[in-house]
Amino acid sequence: MSEVILQVRGLRTAFHTEAGAWPAVDGVDLEVRRGEILGLVGESGSGKSVTGFSLLGLIDPPGEVVEGEILFKGQDLRRLDEEDMRRLRGNRIAMIFQDPLMTLNPVLRIGEQMMEAILTHEDVSRAQARERCRQALAMVGIPAPDKRLDSYPHEFSGGMRQRVAIAIAMLNRPDLIICDEPTTALDVTIQGQILYRMQEICRTHDTALIWITHDLGVVAELADRIAVMYAGRIVEAGPVDEVLDAPRHPYTRGLLDSMPANARPGARLRQIEGMTPSLSARPAGCAFRPRCPRAVERCAEQAPPVNLEGSRSFRCHVPIACENTAA
Amino acid sequence: MDRSTPDSHARTVAPLAETPRRAAILKRLRARPTVAGSACALVLLMAAILAAPLFAPQNPYDLANLNLLDGRLPPGSESMDGWVYLLGTDDQGRDMLSAILYGLRISLAVGLTAVALATAIGSVAGLVAAYAGGWIDTVLMRIVDFILGFPTILVALVLLAVMGRGVDKVILALVLVQWANYARIMRSRALQERRKEYIEAAANLGYPAWRIIAFHLLPNCMGPVLVFATIQIATAIALEATLSFLGVGVPVTEPSLGLLIATGFQYLLSGDYWISMFPGIALLLLILAINVVGDRLREALDPRRA
Amino acid sequence: MLLFTLRRLLQSLFVLLAVSVVVFFAVYAVGDPIELLVSPEATMEARQATIARLGLDQPVWRQYLAFLWRALQGDLGNSFVHGVPAIGLILQRLPATFELVLVAITLSCVVGIPLGLVAGLYRDRVLGRGIMAGSVLGFSLPNFWQGMMLILLFAVWLGWLPASGRGQTVDVLGVPLSILTADGWSHIVMPAINLALANIALVLRLTATGVAEAQTQEYVKFARAKGVRPGRIVRRHILRNILVPVVTVVGMEFGSLIAYSTITETVFAWPGMGKLLIDSVYQLDRPVVVAYVMLATFIFVVVNFVVDVLYAALDPRVQLVSPAH
Repeated sequence: MSEVILQVRGLRTAFHTEAGAWPAVDGVDLEVRRGEILGLVGESGSGKSVTGFSLLGLIDPPGEVVEGEILFKGQDLRRLDEEDMRRLRGNRIAMIFQDPLMTLNPVLRIGEQMMEAILTHEDVSRAQARERCRQALAMVGIPAPDKRLDSYPHEFSGGMRQRVAIAIAMLNRPDLIICDEPTTALDVTIQGQILYRMQEICRTHDTALIWITHDLGVVAELADRIAVMYAGRIVEAGPVDEVLDAPRHPYTRGLLDSMPANARPGARLRQIEGMTPSLSARPAGCAFRPRCPRAVERCAEQAPPVNLEGSRSFRCHVPIACENTAA
Repeated sequence: MDRSTPDSHARTVAPLAETPRRAAILKRLRARPTVAGSACALVLLMAAILAAPLFAPQNPYDLANLNLLDGRLPPGSESMDGWVYLLGTDDQGRDMLSAILYGLRISLAVGLTAVALATAIGSVAGLVAAYAGGWIDTVLMRIVDFILGFPTILVALVLLAVMGRGVDKVILALVLVQWANYARIMRSRALQERRKEYIEAAANLGYPAWRIIAFHLLPNCMGPVLVFATIQIATAIALEATLSFLGVGVPVTEPSLGLLIATGFQYLLSGDYWISMFPGIALLLLILAINVVGDRLREALDPRRA
Repeated sequence: MLLFTLRRLLQSLFVLLAVSVVVFFAVYAVGDPIELLVSPEATMEARQATIARLGLDQPVWRQYLAFLWRALQGDLGNSFVHGVPAIGLILQRLPATFELVLVAITLSCVVGIPLGLVAGLYRDRVLGRGIMAGSVLGFSLPNFWQGMMLILLFAVWLGWLPASGRGQTVDVLGVPLSILTADGWSHIVMPAINLALANIALVLRLTATGVAEAQTQEYVKFARAKGVRPGRIVRRHILRNILVPVVTVVGMEFGSLIAYSTITETVFAWPGMGKLLIDSVYQLDRPVVVAYVMLATFIFVVVNFVVDVLYAALDPRVQLVSPAH
């Protein structure tokens, strides 16, 4: 097994309001090994994007990372000063955002926005930087890369822009890329191409990925490990095949059952009753309790601790037993 | 600390750290009530100014009160009658303090009237343009764009050059120059509101257009216009002062602050600064007060700040 | 791009035409046209001659066309006071006004943009808030009074600068410029500051809000995620995005500054177009007033046109929108 490059313990990120500080991320533990793809799954409001930004220290006020350890290759990122953190960003840890139209500056050419990612970390000539950018664009499958370097973002289609974002992320051969719902804004066929591309790149360069999404289908296809997030906590984690074949947490079970792909033709689509609680209205005890078909009294009183089972973990007082529960 | 409600099933998690209630309250006190407070203070100030004749030590425009021998006296000098000219006198022997109070009154009156009229006319135009749409909208907006394309000072100047001097003409010039702004604001707001269901409902009920515009559309679009109008009072006052300074504004018989300053200009170089300086400070304070309140009002009502 | 330019050109021409109509009818319909073109001191015969020559007994629309025709040839009547063509009089004063306005614009940018940048970047600290508060003072100060106080301070009390007038000029390509002499600078400093002050406040606030908005944009966060240095983020990402609207506004302010120069020129006795206008209004020298209005409009229209085209050229997104209109 390859080495662990990222280890997160007890991460807590809160947002300060007039009424108090609400934890969007409430005690998250994560582990990512070199070359591994971790799928971080959750509905909107689960805190998955906030987790991603917290890792890179990109939480702006009124948010703040209040607690936890973020160990990247042994170094606690929370203890680094801003300049050291800046050196890591885009260099050893990169990030791909959700909507490439918003994340690329509309008045600057693509080439400039790519080259600055190189030039800010390395002392190379502009010509060398440009050549590397050209190669990166070719690697993600963009035709006529040399001309494209001089184009503006609005001259690209959505799928192409996201490929550019991937290219930018790969420029400095980072150890870890955090992808925040990169294919949500794209249509399905493009999504497939991007996924394939990403997988290829990661295998070739041994880059670890944290793929943040709400789409279980994507995770099933792409990831090695999965972590399911609900109301700021990781409720279940483990190797993707094991978790999806035999989930222990009722929420994971609910997610799987509600996938249209898993439904029997003609039968009603199943759904999880209720809605994700808002940040200020999370129930005491287990946050999933109001929507859980298996809930007991204990679930309202005490938040379930993390149970470890081999390479899997889950937080539940009444986990689904280890029978053959294939849908 | 658990904020439990009577119903135990509805218990929610308390925040990580409670912001002390005192701090939260203070924050709110500092935010909204100050805006409301300063707006009230401003209104009171304006009322006081309009009642100036009651406060002024002297009526500076009653020729019987004036003594030419008291002309151009520096601040703090004593008059023939024994009381002190707090801010000095002008070339005609007028008490500057009284002159300023009267001048403030005229400046404010002109400003308020002009803004009130411009708001009324502009709002109607904007509402009609938004509700009627089509060619009415296009024509009205072309006129508005045209007027707004030119610097207000020039338009006002040329208008007054053609019309001559007088308080009413000044107000007319100010209104002609400013109404277009209100039309534009009202129209853009009305266009947004027009699409909403309550307007559709009113139309379905068979209400005539003028009724819908007046009773349904207008109340909901007033907000941005009123905020703008507040700031425009200061603009109108400044504009009137400038026009009077340039000699095309109010007549000598009813001098506003601008005219007072103009009178004092000629004595500036010989060092008799008070004839120009104090009216200017009064004007500045008035404009500043209005601008600050207007600015705060705009920020407080800005829909983008949650 | 070409289509866009042509459209704007047509719009500009239309505006010019519209103004000529408005001016014509304002003067001819509101006032007595004879008063406009014939000096009050002219003799009866001279009056009749002028009436006949200029066709003042013709129907109104014919008169308008005649007026337009003459205007296109540069004939906007003779000044009553000076007896020479009005347009010539104004053009003679043009360099002085332009000089003043250009110095004021430069001042606005050089002072306003950096201050606005600081105010925007430090928006939540004392420094930022202080600058914004100060800017309210900038556009609250009545222009003319502020000029007078400047004179009081620097000319009367301190005696450092001359109280009025334009300094020594040097001819450059036939145009007299005073900014090439030290004496010229000592004369232009106060009027330029006076003219620029409200504009500085405007540019400052515009820059500050632009920066504040830009900072919240996704692309700024993305740039940080790439590890780009903060200095470069401000320079290339934020500044570049706000510079376009700021430059546009500054360009449009050019016309406004020409208008406000009437006040500054009056206070500082600066021999420009504005002072000429005020004097002419006083002296009821109407041909000059009309000529001024036409020329000023022409200048505004040209400047607005240039600014619009420049904006389209600078912001690559603008042109894509136009065809969809």
